[in-house]
Amino acid sequence: MSMPRGTTVAISIVGVTLAAGSLAADTAIQAPRLGTPLSAGEVAKWDRTIFADGRGLPPGRGTARDGRIIYAQQCASCHGVRGEGGTAEELVNEPKPPSADNPSKAIGSYWPFAPTIFDFVRRSMPPAAPGSLSADETYAVTAYLLFANGIIPESQEMNAAALSAVRMPNRDGFVWIDVKK
Amino acid sequence: MAGKLTDDDLIPVAGGGLLHRRLFLGGGLVLAVAQTATSLRAEDAPRPHTEDPADPSWLHQTGLPFSGYGTPSRYEKRVVRNTGGNRSPAGDGVSWTPLQELEGIVTPSGLHFERHHDGVPDIDPNVHRLVIHGLVQQPLEFTVSDLLRYPMISRFLFIECGGNSNAGWHEEPIQRPVGDFHGLVSCSEWTGVPLSILLDEAGVDGKASWVIAEGADAGLLNVSLPLAKLKEDAFVALYENGERVRPENGYPLRLIVPGWEGITHVKWLRRLHVTDAPAMTRNETAKYTELLPSGKARMFTFVMDAKSLITSPSPGQKMHGANVYEIRGLAWSGRGRIAKVDVSADGGKSWAEAHLQEPVLSQCFTRFRSAWKWDGKPALLKSRATDETGYVQPERDVLVSERGREGYFHFNGIVCWAVDEDGTISHVYA
Repeated sequence: MSMPRGTTVAISIVGVTLAAGSLAADTAIQAPRLGTPLSAGEVAKWDRTIFADGRGLPPGRGTARDGRIIYAQQCASCHGVRGEGGTAEELVNEPKPPSADNPSKAIGSYWPFAPTIFDFVRRSMPPAAPGSLSADETYAVTAYLLFANGIIPESQEMNAAALSAVRMPNRDGFVWIDVKK
Repeated sequence: MAGKLTDDDLIPVAGGGLLHRRLFLGGGLVLAVAQTATSLRAEDAPRPHTEDPADPSWLHQTGLPFSGYGTPSRYEKRVVRNTGGNRSPAGDGVSWTPLQELEGIVTPSGLHFERHHDGVPDIDPNVHRLVIHGLVQQPLEFTVSDLLRYPMISRFLFIECGGNSNAGWHEEPIQRPVGDFHGLVSCSEWTGVPLSILLDEAGVDGKASWVIAEGADAGLLNVSLPLAKLKEDAFVALYENGERVRPENGYPLRLIVPGWEGITHVKWLRRLHVTDAPAMTRNETAKYTELLPSGKARMFTFVMDAKSLITSPSPGQKMHGANVYEIRGLAWSGRGRIAKVDVSADGGKSWAEAHLQEPVLSQCFTRFRSAWKWDGKPALLKSRATDETGYVQPERDVLVSERGREGYFHFNGIVCWAVDEDGTISHVYA
């Protein structure tokens, strides 16, 4: 059995930095540097971030009419037939910010950004088979949820540009606490 | 009965019979302790005397064989994580650390609380990778064996779910053992590679200010974190309490963000996207934000503020008559060390400073103890933590008046246990 050479290097670094008192600063030069460089093409296979402004949304399109069928098949059993909630969260409420009388955290009343819906459905839903919906199906179910909350008309197509342009009722409803904007 | 206590020792320093913390300094103090009611269940009750304690059968036969990995005594089967909140699907829920059954400050790895959004992935470490990309000079991929060769640091740190103790917001006080109410917090020794080393290797762009961390669970859970905090003290943990991180705690890699809410400690860490803005993921907008009475909501409430709990006596346990008891509890703060813990036996009218057991570490559980001469009359027990920044744990009614009751997350109000004349203990708002 051979001892990987890097192990010896790493141990000596710990000794040096403990003496110097600053791990991060002193190992910046001496760290093993074992990371493998990735090409832009390789990064693209990993990068699934979708930002609030729509950066990262993939090509594709869908409408609430198509999304209604997908919702009934894939979502209603947990979220309720009309998105009223069940074993999983309420998704549908009024298209206006929450209040003391209606402290709803549904999409229409609480979610500040529409691309977040697409992102969360794509990465996490349905729970038994995340990633099983196509981009078109994901746009369609996103469109349906926006329509059901009274935010877009039933016929409006959702795609990368259209979804990025949707302004959510509670967009300005949040105050950053532990980090500055 | 209590031993080694003089009449002077038994002069209370606060209402309800709380004694001075100096009693703990010499060691050897013998105090009564409330008994866990669950240990009095039929299957745990003393068995008929088939064994002679002076000469039990195990003195006369070879014991059990060696084992590859030890497990607790079969007589400790009640000490488990209770699983709750699981709905549909089964992977979405929690299990609580049984705080009332544990001592010291380290949570056994198998009892560390769980919060999973879509189950525990069965990750092959030979396949798993950590990718760093975005606003960096060179996107990089690390294997787990690569990371094992980097310099490491160790820290004893608590991790607390942002939703821990959320029953504290309820209209009526919940009646449960303390672990099933407040047990979404645990404390471990975490060991791993400082994130600053890996970020430096990739070469972070000066325009970068956020990092989006993603886990390799079925939900691909992701959260946005300020770059400054990650460079300051975050690390990629490979070990927990000396052994490789358990699957349910993030095997093979867990992001550790000291003092910040549990959701930021991304388990099964696979990707760090260095960027200039938060992604505004579902878990930092629709969840882990706190709706206020004004209709506005608190967002990016990362730090877990100071908190404390009395774990003994606590609901589900029982007092056994007037005596001098040891009050035991835990305190912690995401902002640093615990400076002091005060204990009250009269519902907060008067307070006595508790003894803090060493070690007292930053962003770590601190064990406190207090001596209490209970006269057998109704009493109201509270604990109140103060951290080194001067922050004082608030009374529940103050917290509720500031935040309302719809916030769900970050309940750190003072908790009150009522002790009845018959020795039963219940949770009250007082």
